[in-house]
Amino acid sequence: MGYTLNFGAVWRNFDFLLHGLMLSLGLAVTSILIGAAIGLVLAFALISKNRFAVVPARLYVTVLRNLPILVLVLFAYFALPQMGFRLDKIKSFVLVLSVYSGAYLAEVFRAGLLSIPKGLTEAGLAIGLTSMQIRTSIIAPLMVRNVLPSLSSTVISLFKDTSLAAAIAVPELTFAARKINVESFRVIETWMITSALYVATCFLIAALLRFVERRLALPR
Amino acid sequence: MAKTILDIRGLRKTYGQHEVLKGVDCAVQEGEVIAIIGSSGSGKTTMLRCINMLEEFQGGTISLDGEEIGYHVEGTARRRKSEKEIARQRALTGMAFQQFNLFPHMTAAENVMLGLIKVKKMAKFEARAIAETWLDRVGLASRVDHYPGQLSGGQQQRVAIARAIAMAPRLMLFDEVTSALDPELVGEVLQVIKGLAADGMTMLLVTHEMRFAYEVSSRVIFMNQGVICEEGNPKEMFVRPKTERLAEFLKTSSFN
Ligand SMILES: Nc1ncnc2c1ncn2[C@@H]1O[C@H](COP(=O)(O)OP(=O)(O)OP(=O)(O)O)[C@@H](O)[C@H]1O
Ligand SMILES: [Mg+2]
Repeated sequence: MGYTLNFGAVWRNFDFLLHGLMLSLGLAVTSILIGAAIGLVLAFALISKNRFAVVPARLYVTVLRNLPILVLVLFAYFALPQMGFRLDKIKSFVLVLSVYSGAYLAEVFRAGLLSIPKGLTEAGLAIGLTSMQIRTSIIAPLMVRNVLPSLSSTVISLFKDTSLAAAIAVPELTFAARKINVESFRVIETWMITSALYVATCFLIAALLRFVERRLALPR
Repeated sequence: MAKTILDIRGLRKTYGQHEVLKGVDCAVQEGEVIAIIGSSGSGKTTMLRCINMLEEFQGGTISLDGEEIGYHVEGTARRRKSEKEIARQRALTGMAFQQFNLFPHMTAAENVMLGLIKVKKMAKFEARAIAETWLDRVGLASRVDHYPGQLSGGQQQRVAIARAIAMAPRLMLFDEVTSALDPELVGEVLQVIKGLAADGMTMLLVTHEMRFAYEVSSRVIFMNQGVICEEGNPKEMFVRPKTERLAEFLKTSSFN
C-alpha cells in the first residue's frame, strides 16, 4: 500500500509546532539556569573538605542521576499535590528539570573546579579576599571557561529532556506534534518535521555555546 | 628606635606526625629587609605561609603590630579567629609566590584592582589610578591592559608584586619569586624588590640568590631543620659563618 507524503497539514499547523518549540526552549533555558545555580553550589560542596557539605551533595547527585527523569516528572505532577505542593504543569516540569540539571551540571562543574590551580585561591586569600569572594570573582569565572567545551553535550541532553513534559500535557514541541498527528493522521510528515526541528535546534545550541566559548577565551 | 612590626614566638607547625617548624623566634623591626636562606625542606616557605595564615600552626604566636595573627590565645586555650577577621589580617601582609599566581582572566590592572575594590572597598576609578601607579613603578606602564597569558614570566611576577604592594601592606613576604624565571628575567624582578627596599618597605624574602641576599638584606636568617640556626648581618654571615651548618650550606650554594 503506497503512502504519499503530503506536508500540507503539517505546514498549516507549523505555527503551532513553532510555539511548541519556543516553549521547549523556554523550559530548557529556565531550568538550566536554575540548575546551573544549584549545580554550582553542589560542585563547591562536592570539592569541599567539610564532610557536612560533601555527603549531602554527593547524595543529591547520586540519587538524581539514578532516577529516570520521566519518573520525576510524574512524581512531581501527580504525587507532590497529594503531599500538599500544588504546582501547575509548567512549574512542576521546570522544578523537575531544574533539580535534575543541577545534579548533572554539578558533576560537570566539579570537574572544571578541580583543574584550577590552588595557588590562585592562595593569592586571593593573601590579598584579603574571603572564600566567598574568591569563589565568585576568581574560581567560578575560570571554571565556566574550563567546562564550556564539554558543556554542550549536557545542555543538549537537557534540552531534549523537555520532550518528556508531553507526558503531563505541557504543550511543548513533542506534545504539539502529537496533537497534529492525531488530528491530521499525517504520521510520517509530522514526526519528520518535528525531528528536523529538534536536530536543528540542537545544532544551534552547540553553535551558540562555541561562540560563547570563543568570546570568553583568554587572550594570549 | 625602630618599632617591632612582626614578632614570632615559639612558632611550631606539624604536618601529621612531621614537625616542620620546631619553635621559631624572630622579631622584625620596621624597615628591615630580611633574607631567609636554608636548604630545601628547612621550613622557609612554611614560615612565610604561617605569617599569612595560609597554613594553620599548632604552637606559638605571631603578632603583627602587636595584634595576634590567626588565633585568640587565652592561657592554654587557643581558638582560630573568624574567617572575616583572618581575611582582614591577611590584607595587612602582602605575599608574592614562586608561581606568580596571577588571575588569568583579568588584565594586569584588574589583578591589582581586585583587592582594592573588594577588600578596601574603593571605587573603580580610584583603584584603577592606584593600579596604574604601581604598574608604572614596576616598569609595566605599557602592559596595564594585557592579560597574564600575554606577559613574560618576569612581567607576570612584577604584576604580582604590584598587586600585593598596592594593598599597602605593613609587611611583604616573598617566596623564591625568581625561581620559576628564565635567568635573563631574574634581574628585572630583583630590581623591583631593591626599589621597594629603598622605599623602606619591611620585607621577608626567601631566596636562593645568595648574591642578592647579600646585597639587599639588612639581616640574614639561616634556617635548618625547622629552626633558625644562625642569623646576623649579611656582611658578617656570608664571610664568617659561625656554625658548621651554615658554612656547609654556603659552600654548596651559588654564592662566591
Ligand atoms: N602540605 C604539606 N604536607 C606535608 N608536608 C609538607 C607540606 N608542605 C611542606 N611539607 C614538608 O615541610 C617541610 C618544610 O617544607 P618547606 O616548603 O617549608 O621547605 P622550604 O624550606 O621552603 O624548602 P624549599 O627550599 O625546597 O622551598 C618539608 O619537609 C616538606 O616536605
Ligand atoms: Mg620553599
